[in-house]
Amino acid sequence: MQKITRDQLVEKAVALLSDGTVSAVLGWSRGEFDYDITPAVFKSAEEVKENFVWNDFCGANFSKYLVAQTGKVEGKILVFLKPCDTYSFNQLLTEHRFDREKVYAVGIPCEGMADIAKVREIVGDGIVSIEDDGESLKVSTLYADAPVLVGAKDVMAERCVNCKSKKHVAFDELMGEDGEVIESARFDEVARLEAMTPDERFLFWQNELSRCIRCNACRDACPACTCEKCVFDNPDSAVENKAPANSFEEKMFHIIRAFHVAGRCTDCGECSRVCPQNIPLHLLNRKFIKDINEFYGEYQAGAEVGSRAPLVDYTTEDLEPGEVFERGDQDA
Amino acid sequence: MQVKEYKPLIVAFCCNWCSYAGADLAGNNRLNYPADVKIIRVPCSCRVNPMFILRAFQRGADGVIICGCHPGDCHYTSGNYYTRRRMAALFSMLDFLGIEKERTRVEWVSAAEGAKFAATMNEFAQTVASLGENKRLEDLRCKK
Amino acid sequence: MRKCSLDSINKIFGKIAETNKLYLPVDGSDGVAVYTKWEEGKEWSNALNTVRSPKDFFFPQVENLMEFKTSGKNIELTDIREEAEDFVIFGVRACDVRSFDILDRVFLTDPVDSFYASRREHGVIVSVACSKPSETCFCQTFDNIDATNPLGDVTAWKTEDSVYFKANTEKGEAFMKKIESLTEECDDTAVAAEKDKIAAIMKKLPLKDLSADAFGGGKTDTFFNVPEWDELSATCLGCGTCTFVCPTCQCYDIKDFNTGNGVIRYRCWDSCMYSEFTKMAHGNNRLSQKERFRQRFMHKLVYYPENNEGIFGCVGCGRCLAKCPISMNIVKVMKKIGGKVNE
Repeated sequence: MQKITRDQLVEKAVALLSDGTVSAVLGWSRGEFDYDITPAVFKSAEEVKENFVWNDFCGANFSKYLVAQTGKVEGKILVFLKPCDTYSFNQLLTEHRFDREKVYAVGIPCEGMADIAKVREIVGDGIVSIEDDGESLKVSTLYADAPVLVGAKDVMAERCVNCKSKKHVAFDELMGEDGEVIESARFDEVARLEAMTPDERFLFWQNELSRCIRCNACRDACPACTCEKCVFDNPDSAVENKAPANSFEEKMFHIIRAFHVAGRCTDCGECSRVCPQNIPLHLLNRKFIKDINEFYGEYQAGAEVGSRAPLVDYTTEDLEPGEVFERGDQDA
Repeated sequence: MQVKEYKPLIVAFCCNWCSYAGADLAGNNRLNYPADVKIIRVPCSCRVNPMFILRAFQRGADGVIICGCHPGDCHYTSGNYYTRRRMAALFSMLDFLGIEKERTRVEWVSAAEGAKFAATMNEFAQTVASLGENKRLEDLRCKK
Repeated sequence: MRKCSLDSINKIFGKIAETNKLYLPVDGSDGVAVYTKWEEGKEWSNALNTVRSPKDFFFPQVENLMEFKTSGKNIELTDIREEAEDFVIFGVRACDVRSFDILDRVFLTDPVDSFYASRREHGVIVSVACSKPSETCFCQTFDNIDATNPLGDVTAWKTEDSVYFKANTEKGEAFMKKIESLTEECDDTAVAAEKDKIAAIMKKLPLKDLSADAFGGGKTDTFFNVPEWDELSATCLGCGTCTFVCPTCQCYDIKDFNTGNGVIRYRCWDSCMYSEFTKMAHGNNRLSQKERFRQRFMHKLVYYPENNEGIFGCVGCGRCLAKCPISMNIVKVMKKIGGKVNE
């Protein structure tokens, strides 16, 4: 369902590698199946031609990789950025996490990525191939005699269903057409939870967070989590803890993780995508975003480079922490 | 067997310049406030990391209150403005997770407000007592 | 061989649960199967496998070892070990059953891990053949794993309408005795047919030809310095997903938690992918993610077989294939590096 094709991207990457504009390409690399795509650093045109892939499963956000890769690669590195990735890109620039001069950013349009878990829900297990025929995915499995057609919309990842913007906010070059910021329904689920009683909310989160295995994937994939040393990895911090020893530890980790990126989180949704236990972690981040919008005015992290994140800013007229709930009571 | 009267344990983070001095004044004026309020002195209310609050609950606190200079009076000019935003966001998140919102509070207490300090603590202790023990952010390992 | 109808399987669960804790894969609220304690109303999941492996039952993610208090120069120790009671894990797949053997070789060799040993002694494993293997399955790559006929104390086969049981050990016999009244004797025609059916699917799996022959003990020098490690590990996030969903990863850390009125010493899973994994008094000897990444795969494919008569430290369950955030996994590593050496 993507408008831009793999061949166009390969052509672009090969051209930029050949004329020496860039010396490496950050792109998606073919996997064993059609959906298990690995981010990779391509160093030659041959590698790109052979292994570069672009399809509905190229969800990985490359912005964070620039922090490490710009330090490793001689010359410029080419990165393909989907609209949502460009927000993370800007946010990292705002925080001075990589050298802009070392990056050649190509904005590419995105029609939304598929979630393999949703595909499995429809077609079952044993997926051997997935072909894209424009509007739908043709999925062949070990157990169905004929390929099953699933609508691209039906298997779209949650974060793409609630896409906040098709507009590229950063690029050196844009392929295809630029889109617009979208009025999405992304806060609906947060609002649904807010409308519950505290007891219901507590049970909801207790149930969700109890599945956490503390693999730290949410943190490690997050483009806003780029501390050199995370407090949870620091043996001297007294909170370093590799295990979700009990429900308190689970809550503490997730509250602190979300709080630490509050105001800086662009809502790219990588945390929920990578969670092996399907915990809707993006809801914690969205709660902060929603609150910040309501308390301090609309703010979209990464929309522009250099903007001040709301939690490292203030006005003398801000509402008091106690008033947060009074507002809520009025709404109710 | 005699049932022990439940007294909530309260942790109060007080800024060095205003609220801690306010607590001092409350003491000097012989104003009563519950002995179960444990004061932790911090250089500025914005020194209070959300982690401190969670860890206070972990170690058995039933309520946590943060006291700082009145907005505009911060010894470091703007520290308490940051506190105000951070705590608004954090408290709202705790509420989102279903943790009783009455267990956390921010109050501005100046060095001259000994009476306000005592009154705030009395009132907060009462509120927390009415909620009972902190169950939703407890760590059973610390309750033995 | 004995059988019962699939409709009456809950009666069997009820019977077992009368005397023992029974755990089996049950679909959670998000539709993902999790090993759950059975009680009335819980249904055996149709999913191929759980995200978390059943290694938790013998080697839990977090386990308290002891408590102590110090006062002056005195230290007071408390043994907080709970006596394990008999329990049954139902519905374990062939790969996971095999993973227990691999863990045994670590925890039951001298010095024996008594926590692990006690649980292992008290656990009864009822395995079940894989009627519908997934595309990520590659257990055929390794020896002694037969998805058509898994090991364990009791082996079960689930067909369209029935469940068949066969005991393999004394513990298994005792289990069969317990459910005797709810099952009936039968011949193995149906099971033989089921085995054939599974075997036919196994031949169609996309990873059926994956070979581990290039790897094994004594190959450290062959693989340690190949340049491919750079490329393979370039985008590794350094999270612990692969190690925590892995049924054979057995590394742990022992830590102290200060409760304010004493200290609890506990152990918890650790991951070689974490930056602090090898941190010790003198510093850290694996400073890059490449070194950590290499360790994990070298351990499964070279170091473990070297110390364990050629047995690989992977059982081909495919969990890391399904769950790695960047879809980097042992199959990709084996193909990239093993293939190169074979050429």
